Amino acid sequence: MSTSLRLNPIACEAHGMCAELLPERISLDEWGYPVIDGKPLSGEALRHAERAVKSCPTFALMLERRATARAS
Amino acid sequence: MSGPERLPRLLAGTGERRAIGYDDHLALHGELPLERRRRRRAEPRLVEELELAGLRGRGGGGFPTASKLRAVARARRGPVVVVNATEGEPASRKDRVLCELAPHLILDGAELVTRALDADCALVCVCESAPEGAVALSDAIEERRRLDGSCTRTALRTIPHGYLAGQESALVAHLNGGPALPTFTPPMVFEQGVGRRPTFLSNAETFAHVALIARHGARWFRELGTTEQPGSALVTLSGAVARPGVYEIAYGAELSSLVAAAGGATEPVRAALFGGYAGAWIDGSQLNRAALADEHLAAHGASLGAGVVLLLGEESCPVAEVTRIARWLAGQSARQCGPCLHGLDALAEAFGRIAEGGGEGGDLDRVRRLCSLVRRRGACSHPDGAARFALSAAEVFAEELADHARYGRCPDCDRHPHLPLGGARQDVARERVSLS
Repeated sequence: MSTSLRLNPIACEAHGMCAELLPERISLDEWGYPVIDGKPLSGEALRHAERAVKSCPTFALMLERRATARAS
Repeated sequence: MSGPERLPRLLAGTGERRAIGYDDHLALHGELPLERRRRRRAEPRLVEELELAGLRGRGGGGFPTASKLRAVARARRGPVVVVNATEGEPASRKDRVLCELAPHLILDGAELVTRALDADCALVCVCESAPEGAVALSDAIEERRRLDGSCTRTALRTIPHGYLAGQESALVAHLNGGPALPTFTPPMVFEQGVGRRPTFLSNAETFAHVALIARHGARWFRELGTTEQPGSALVTLSGAVARPGVYEIAYGAELSSLVAAAGGATEPVRAALFGGYAGAWIDGSQLNRAALADEHLAAHGASLGAGVVLLLGEESCPVAEVTRIARWLAGQSARQCGPCLHGLDALAEAFGRIAEGGGEGGDLDRVRRLCSLVRRRGACSHPDGAARFALSAAEVFAEELADHARYGRCPDCDRHPHLPLGGARQDVARERVSLS
């Protein structure tokens, strides 16, 4: 079981909260939309990611649990 | 059967350029072997045959049809079948030609899948801009209801015109009463589609192949094509060719034989576009021995997609053409996802500055950067397709792009554009040809 970040790009309105809370995994493109590192999360990074997910004003960011880790 | 008689399959008997009636259709292809599903959740026999045949979806995605069918068959709720004949790709004509000439083959496939899945209904979706196909299909449905009481669960649906309207999730959204715009997945339509039911959705040509595989078997299907891509396929050939139109080929046939069958190229070919405007360009120098199979085209970063092949002649200006398509692709964005909305506009602007010349330079690098920036960041694959198109154009036409960036417009920029963008109805010659 692995957990990684996923974005609903339709819901995202480029508030940018996520990049502020999780800069090690999320950067913003030139229009302010998040570019997400989809690698599996664990430990402290996972806790930070959970915080970023909760802070998204449009509920566009989510954590996705997968049975097997995806190599990407 | 042997030799060239093995083709055409789908286009058999379509020489008269009007829809084949039900009696003629049955005389040509034989009765339809229908299976009645005994228990829901039991595996339909059709699945095994399609798996052996190696049939893949013909709408561009190329997903194995048997796997999709199996996923829907496993579901607990009564499924829905959707035949996608919307064909939003402007350079593709094959689905409308199939609807207009061989509607019963599509309906056969819909009937087979509906029965195999014990589905509640089959919805055949056509674009509002293709009324001839809609008429042929609705006449064919009426004819069957009258003559043998089949197709009672089949209904026709007209979908608004648009490049993305036929995208799987957009089509389902529209059938569910919403706007024809892509939605965020999951749920995938095979899990939850029309009326929140598991939905088997596939391209119209896929259903036509199902109709023939059910009759003749997987082995027969594999007599044509390659191991990786078995069977025949409809291809829309257009651009700098004497007789543009829809042709049936065996996968693996040489591009040169298709072009020859279409009366040859009308001018030296600068490059060919494979897979439509979400596809990739291959340089003219590489086309001599190009084979119409994804395993061959993959080496050039291209694939056949929904069977679109477009030849760009040397007398056209590739920069003007590509810029026009880049603008159009930006305009086709559903404008729901930021990276697509802004990224494709920025991509079109970069091409526009290159085409006009006198920019600050670096726009070709910006094109490349934007392509990697938008990829996999939309709810649907529209930005991915646009990026594939733009990036391959940046490679294949690097010289012309650099020239335009430096010196501005060329004399060929004002030539009548060759790449079709829909809107005006094109009179596509309905040729068919044997290429095995």
